[in-house]
Amino acid sequence: MSTTLRINGITHQVDLPDDVPLLWVLRDEVGLTGTKFGCGVAACGACTVHIDGEAVRSCQVALSDVWGDVTTIEGIGTPDTMAAVQQAWVANQVAQCGYCQSGQIMQAASLLAENPSPSDAEIDEAMQGNLCRCGTYPRIRAAIHDAAKMMKEA
Amino acid sequence: MASIRKIARRSFLIGSAAIVGGVAFGTYKYHQPAPNPLEEKDGRAVLNPFVFVDQSGVTLIAPRAEMGQGVKSSWASLIAEELDVDPAKVSVLHGPAAKAYYNSAMMSEALPGRGYDASDFQHSLGEIVGHMSKFLDLQVTGGSSSMRDGFDRMRQAGASARETLKQAAADQLGVSRDQLKTEDGHVVAPDGTRLSYSTLAAAAAMIEPVETGLRPASSWRLIGKDVPRIDMVAKSTGTAEFGVDVRLPGMKFAAIKQSPHFGVGKTAFDASAAEGMAGVEKILDLGDAVAVVATNTWLAQQAVDAIDVTWDPAPYPETTDAIFDEIARSFGNAPNSTMRDDGDVDTLPDGATVIEAEYRLPYLAHATMEPMNATALYTGDGLQIWAPNQGPTVVQKNAAELAGLEKDAVEVNTTYLGGGFGRRIETDYTDRAVQIALQMPGTPVQLTWSREEDMSHDFYRPGAIARYRAAVKDGNAVMVHGKIAAQSTTVEGAGRMLGLPMTGPDKGHVDAAFNQPLAIPNFRVEGYLAKPMIPVGFWRSVGASFNGFFSDCIIDEMAHAAGRDPLEFRLELAHPEWEPAAKVLETVRDMSGWTGKTADGIGRGVALAYSFGTPVAQVIEVANQDGQIRMTNAWIAADLGRVIDPQNTRAQMFGGMVYGLSAACFGEITFQGGAVEQQNFPDYDALRMHTMPKVEVALLENQPHMGGAGEPGTPPAAPALANAIFDLTGRRARQLPLMHDFDLFI
Repeated sequence: MSTTLRINGITHQVDLPDDVPLLWVLRDEVGLTGTKFGCGVAACGACTVHIDGEAVRSCQVALSDVWGDVTTIEGIGTPDTMAAVQQAWVANQVAQCGYCQSGQIMQAASLLAENPSPSDAEIDEAMQGNLCRCGTYPRIRAAIHDAAKMMKEA
Repeated sequence: MASIRKIARRSFLIGSAAIVGGVAFGTYKYHQPAPNPLEEKDGRAVLNPFVFVDQSGVTLIAPRAEMGQGVKSSWASLIAEELDVDPAKVSVLHGPAAKAYYNSAMMSEALPGRGYDASDFQHSLGEIVGHMSKFLDLQVTGGSSSMRDGFDRMRQAGASARETLKQAAADQLGVSRDQLKTEDGHVVAPDGTRLSYSTLAAAAAMIEPVETGLRPASSWRLIGKDVPRIDMVAKSTGTAEFGVDVRLPGMKFAAIKQSPHFGVGKTAFDASAAEGMAGVEKILDLGDAVAVVATNTWLAQQAVDAIDVTWDPAPYPETTDAIFDEIARSFGNAPNSTMRDDGDVDTLPDGATVIEAEYRLPYLAHATMEPMNATALYTGDGLQIWAPNQGPTVVQKNAAELAGLEKDAVEVNTTYLGGGFGRRIETDYTDRAVQIALQMPGTPVQLTWSREEDMSHDFYRPGAIARYRAAVKDGNAVMVHGKIAAQSTTVEGAGRMLGLPMTGPDKGHVDAAFNQPLAIPNFRVEGYLAKPMIPVGFWRSVGASFNGFFSDCIIDEMAHAAGRDPLEFRLELAHPEWEPAAKVLETVRDMSGWTGKTADGIGRGVALAYSFGTPVAQVIEVANQDGQIRMTNAWIAADLGRVIDPQNTRAQMFGGMVYGLSAACFGEITFQGGAVEQQNFPDYDALRMHTMPKVEVALLENQPHMGGAGEPGTPPAAPALANAIFDLTGRRARQLPLMHDFDLFI
């Protein structure tokens, strides 16, 4: 059975059972591997993508339930044309192992879209579902503040 | 990467570090070069196993696992420092599994001795022992060793490559080599003529490599500076390739269910429900596991979950309590080691106050963010493996044995690692991918473990029990006698990695207990080895991960029993033993504004641990927030002797502390019916953005030798927190995780 998905502005026909989570459609079918598998139970945030701009855990959204346009880490910027939040990540040298960072960035991008100048407490609230085992949290916080500044100046 | 896998013709004398003191034995053998694994072809000059230059530019080989510690960048910086290239403008590859990429520093940790008091002679001996790794084919990232390993060898590789390129330019220009300079990938002649390394590559390939000395520290451009990491853009744009991101033409996806009881197989299994499920291509019986190959990882997982298996019973005690009873039983055996035995711990002076404490720490999982995975392709006469791994030559050796192939027929491609922490020094996950690939000739298969499979099939940090008896008198430390019991990571883990039986006194088992830089007149530490039960392995800081807790907590208890300020008490013990340890304590005292007094509702704890060559002191501050304990601030001071990249090193120190604090608060692996009870992050949580303290890190360079960075931040974290909680609540934490006995802010 074929499902039509719009991902990063491109339309894809996907031939998979309805209950396959969006995460595994992206990774194993569409070939967008920037979105990561961490837990499968919405406990780590590594699989975070946007649906119509809202941050969601793609491991919990069945293919047939995808309700809008999907944006992944590959859709917000590329190595040559990085989004402000990605530039802030590089400027703050945030990543260590880097595995959780796609999800962290997508969560941060959605926070900044809703709240252009988040406080530390608001960052805590928005980011606490995103786990990092390397401990990059202080630099994530700094990068979010920097990205907020860059987006205001742009 | 396939283009660089074959054995090349040119070899180069890497590792020719001068050894002081005239130690001659073994120098001939270890000075013999390992074969260069890089292939010379099409005008590419392979200058040595770590540098090659072709028409497209310069490529450096950083054959260490990039698992977040920044080694790809800092290793490249060591070469680039002498080669005069910009690390951002050259390619840096991991390279193949090869003897030439052996780790020369890790083995030196195995030498007897406390480490911090090593003379230059002993330090040199350590280097020689380290080169034994070459004969064991030990290309491994672990033991906080990469910078210590690469510091001289990689600068020599860069210097030799530079001088060889200069010689090629000298021949071409008709000038002498010493008239030439190098900058930014070019040789520059006195008249300003600039020849790029690429244009010199073909000529340089024909010249015998030139050996030369190393530049003085005063001329360094990269070492000691913050160098932007070369993996940062890829990791910020979703384009870095981790193990799970490997995609090959015709690739299939696999899921696995392994026996929940370690070391045994199954009595029966019924896969009828899995047959015919969507996407399923093959169901495989792997003996002590079943696997499904499908068109999609999730479909494979659904099918493997549908297989009904009856597993054989566990051949070891089935519950946590029974396992710890067995660990405690080992106290009744003769000690495996007594690596410190100063003075007399049995006779106490009159009037001494005795403190007795038993501490108990749980088994722990590594819980890397990227679950275990590997991709393999079997072609009948060869095997290709793609895996996020910490030991390519070990992966290669074990895969070759499974496949019945020669090692040379197994190609290992190392991707980025989504966390390592010691978990990926094992090869169980690559072995599983190979087992599956062998049954699917011609089809590449990627095996990804579910988080549940990963959590319940680890090589765990051993659970450990310590029994301490200590004494203070007149405000001074008089005696410490510690006995430490646990399964042995050395016997079980190192034995597994090296394929050798490990016997004799196990130093790793008592690391950070016997060798703490504290002047205590009567000081004995004994190690007791429990029999193998649960698979145990290398968890960030290994034995120091539990001993750091035991040996610092008892000092804190002694300080309080003596009525002394805990930081001043430690300082007084460190000063006469080893000044760099005293300095890290003074530094956290000054950074944190330590006064020995804390306001109501605030608690502070300090801890000191020496491990992997580096003394680290931490102060942690906690606050009572509406009845819950919240970490508010932390201060870290570490003395690495020499800091290669301050930004990366601070990140390692902080990350090491967070890893230790996460375990201290929430980490435990428990057993019921012989199986692991924890399955996923909700059962095995870690610090998150909102529970993390604010942190300041100070890096010192007082000690004469280079220390490690990746692990030494972990051991002092749990005791500093436990000591802070004691200051806040008056209750001692002698067991972890803290969440059972204290109301933590989550």
